Amino acid sequence: MTDQQTLEPPAPPEAPGPGSPRRSRGDGSHARNFSAGFVVKLILVALVDALGVYGILSAWAVESWGILTFLVLALVAVNWIYFSKRAVPGKYLIPGLLFLLVYQLFVMAYTGYVAFTNYGDGHNSTKSDAIEAISIQNETRVEGSPTLPLTVVQRDDELGFAIVQDGDAEVGTAEEPFTVVEDATVDGERVTAVPGWEVLGFAEIAQQQAEITELRVPFSEDPSEGSVRTQDGSTGYVYQSTLVYDEATDTFTDSATGEVYTPSDSGNFVSEDGDVLTPGWRVGVGFDNFTRVFTDSRLAGPFAQITVWTFAFAFLSVLTTFVVGLFLAIVFNDPRIRGRKIYRSLLILPYAFPGFLSALVWKGMLNPRFGFINEVLLGGADIGWLTNPWLAKLSILGVNLWLGFPYMFIVCTGALQAIPADTIEAAKIDGAGAWRILRSMTLPLLMISVAPLLIASFAFNFNNFTLIYMLTGGGPNFVGTPVVVGHTDILISMVYAVAFDSGNKQYGLASALSILIFIVVGVISYFSFRQTRKLEEI
Amino acid sequence: MRRSIPVVAATLGLALTLTACSGSGSGDTGDDTSAAPSESAATGTLTMWVDDTRIDEMKPVVATFTEDTGIEVDLVEKATGDIGKDFVAQVPTGEGPDIIVSAHDGLGEWVNNGVVAPLELGDKAGDFSDSAIAGVTYDGKVYGTPISIENIALVRNNALLTDTPAATFDELVAQAKTAGTPFSVLVQQGEASDPYHLYPLQTSFGAPVFEQSADGSYTDTLTLGGPAGEAFATYLAKLGTDKVLDLAVDGEKAKQAFLDGQAPYMITGPWNTSAFEEEDMDITVLPVPSAGGQPAQPFVGVQGVFISAKSENPVLANELVVNYLTTEAAQDALYAEGGRMPANAASAAKVDNPILKGFGEAGATGAPMPAIPAMSSVWAFWGATEAQIISGQAEPVSAWNTMVTNIQDAVDKV
Repeated sequence: MTDQQTLEPPAPPEAPGPGSPRRSRGDGSHARNFSAGFVVKLILVALVDALGVYGILSAWAVESWGILTFLVLALVAVNWIYFSKRAVPGKYLIPGLLFLLVYQLFVMAYTGYVAFTNYGDGHNSTKSDAIEAISIQNETRVEGSPTLPLTVVQRDDELGFAIVQDGDAEVGTAEEPFTVVEDATVDGERVTAVPGWEVLGFAEIAQQQAEITELRVPFSEDPSEGSVRTQDGSTGYVYQSTLVYDEATDTFTDSATGEVYTPSDSGNFVSEDGDVLTPGWRVGVGFDNFTRVFTDSRLAGPFAQITVWTFAFAFLSVLTTFVVGLFLAIVFNDPRIRGRKIYRSLLILPYAFPGFLSALVWKGMLNPRFGFINEVLLGGADIGWLTNPWLAKLSILGVNLWLGFPYMFIVCTGALQAIPADTIEAAKIDGAGAWRILRSMTLPLLMISVAPLLIASFAFNFNNFTLIYMLTGGGPNFVGTPVVVGHTDILISMVYAVAFDSGNKQYGLASALSILIFIVVGVISYFSFRQTRKLEEI
Repeated sequence: MRRSIPVVAATLGLALTLTACSGSGSGDTGDDTSAAPSESAATGTLTMWVDDTRIDEMKPVVATFTEDTGIEVDLVEKATGDIGKDFVAQVPTGEGPDIIVSAHDGLGEWVNNGVVAPLELGDKAGDFSDSAIAGVTYDGKVYGTPISIENIALVRNNALLTDTPAATFDELVAQAKTAGTPFSVLVQQGEASDPYHLYPLQTSFGAPVFEQSADGSYTDTLTLGGPAGEAFATYLAKLGTDKVLDLAVDGEKAKQAFLDGQAPYMITGPWNTSAFEEEDMDITVLPVPSAGGQPAQPFVGVQGVFISAKSENPVLANELVVNYLTTEAAQDALYAEGGRMPANAASAAKVDNPILKGFGEAGATGAPMPAIPAMSSVWAFWGATEAQIISGQAEPVSAWNTMVTNIQDAVDKV
């Protein structure tokens, strides 16, 4: 009571009455008043603005219009909020909101977008990239054509190549095929000076790399003889395109066979006979990725088995860690135990190691032939801890228990200490035994604060990719399944195995499956949280 | 003043957010400025990705190039397992490197994703062995400069056994057992076995993974099935029950066991023999004896240097990759630093290290590692099935046949 009294005097200025007093306070606000606080704010917002403007200019330079729009909007919002008098809540919320936008919502939205595309191997980039790649991959050096020592020349803004043919110096440009020029200086096989043209040195070539490598000089008036290009600015070769892109019709034509490749819905150029050109590009594929897990017979079989194990793994992990954590918390909550602090610190240690590190260490210890457990503890026994399907599941649960119980121990210790001692005292006076107190008093009171954490722990373990990937890699594998997944794979590690480890990377499929898993976890958590609300009514 | 603390905190937070999102943007402009005109002779900066096992030998060679040309090269170290994947993912975003140094087996995937540009070696192609050029060729086009060739072979610990009369793998195992060591012939395994290290045994049964056409390039037709494949599967099971192969012996453990003199033989590559030499072991490198009657062909891997399809410095990149790294001098320097068999024929002819020569002889009959995209669908099934056969979890013949069906399914889906 005395504490509250001492706190009271400063209270009135903190809580101004509604209406008119607010306006009078406005004069004291550092939004108007050049106090030290205002100067600090001014400097910080100026810094943010400077960074933002730098970001905007960078985004402009690389033509990232999305980032540019976001930065402009964010900067306007920040400046308005911090210099307006009316946006007090915004001053607290905006940094968090911006972080939320960038690190959460954007990532979720992008995953959602990828889930509806065929992004993956063979459909890795945009259509223009694909067209460019197909063009350069299908430009072949004319067989038996000579290596041409070549000089890059420039007249005004026009670039050209100068070569020596039959002892004569010749110059050509993108429009003009090679023609003999008089009075050019030739040194050996290389042209060193051409009247009317400036010969470019390596440093100047390096400044116009894109233009020079893209330049094609027709070898002669006859286009079928191909054109000369260079990749290093000093050597030219005669090339011919075997596939020619026509922008007007948006098709590729094979110059030898005349076959025409048109763009298909699945993001590839396809001929009438069904020949496909690679690479393709990213296109939207609707719900294909979502339905594949049910329609692809290769996935359907293992999918059911893995779903069951995922639920079992997540549930058993929460149960075992909670039971052990709670037991230890109750034991070490007893004041009769000496050195409780030391025990408690030691028990938290497994929680302090990074999970992936512990998983790797356990993997080594469980190795059937060289592992510490078989070799030392069991005196050279040959037990396949990670190679027998059931033992591997047991090992996973055991290691997860070791990793997870300290968390439950901390949580339960905190919650136990929050239970009023006099309530327990009253139960004892009423003649309740230890077991009865645990069941009817401690557990219900504990559950109010711990149940939401158990749900969170379930959701975490449902997607505990690190442990599975590091400890067993999903193995031992199922024998003969059409996708390489194993007895200890959970849904998220199956997604990884199917979408990445199978060789052919499929980001679209991976995103779609992640979203399905998110929905499953979300629904379970939603109903569980609704259930836990009932606990609070005790 | 009371409000200024949250304001400070908030602004700091905001500043961080903005730097975070402007980060990607400024990275791009960084690349832009490096490509932008500069007045001096120094003409730009190339970004080059190298994996952790090769960066040390690349550093001095690239430094010489910078001295000669004024072109800066920014070497970025990548993990061996991620370098190819990251290349495919980052080239389209403009964040990829100009140049990548890597084994050739990812080439098909890169071409298929349009992230690598073809290059023209011209007459320089004649300076290399055919197998080196074949490695960096995909679909009839050359995409890279080969720098070294690697393959596995049989390594003998001369302190335990001094000669190898064995003509077959069975005889080899029998002879190795006379040494009285815990292991006979070490072949590194792991939970997912190791098809790469078992491949000489597999080919000796006449079951290569893909069909090779006349020019040495691979087609999509699987050839690891049939009676030859079944015979190999049965042989694998036998090696498993005899404990010659043990899944618990992974790469690290195998290397350590050989270093400790626990086995007279090991099937491994030049990346491990340098460690053996550092420990002053007396070793000899021999071809792997046949197990199934036909020649035991290891995979031959070619290390190459490739140029990104979206490099902003194509001329500079060509200067380094085509005009510099192909030269005998550069390949000599790489060999001096890294001790790997150079791909340049003239440089290779100068190598007088008996160990590397041994690998070269063992690899002379080898088969290039397939670079076709279908190959990436093979590894996971292959390893998983071999592991199940070796550990006795699966009946060899039926497991092998199921595997062939599954691989065929997966290849058809690519």
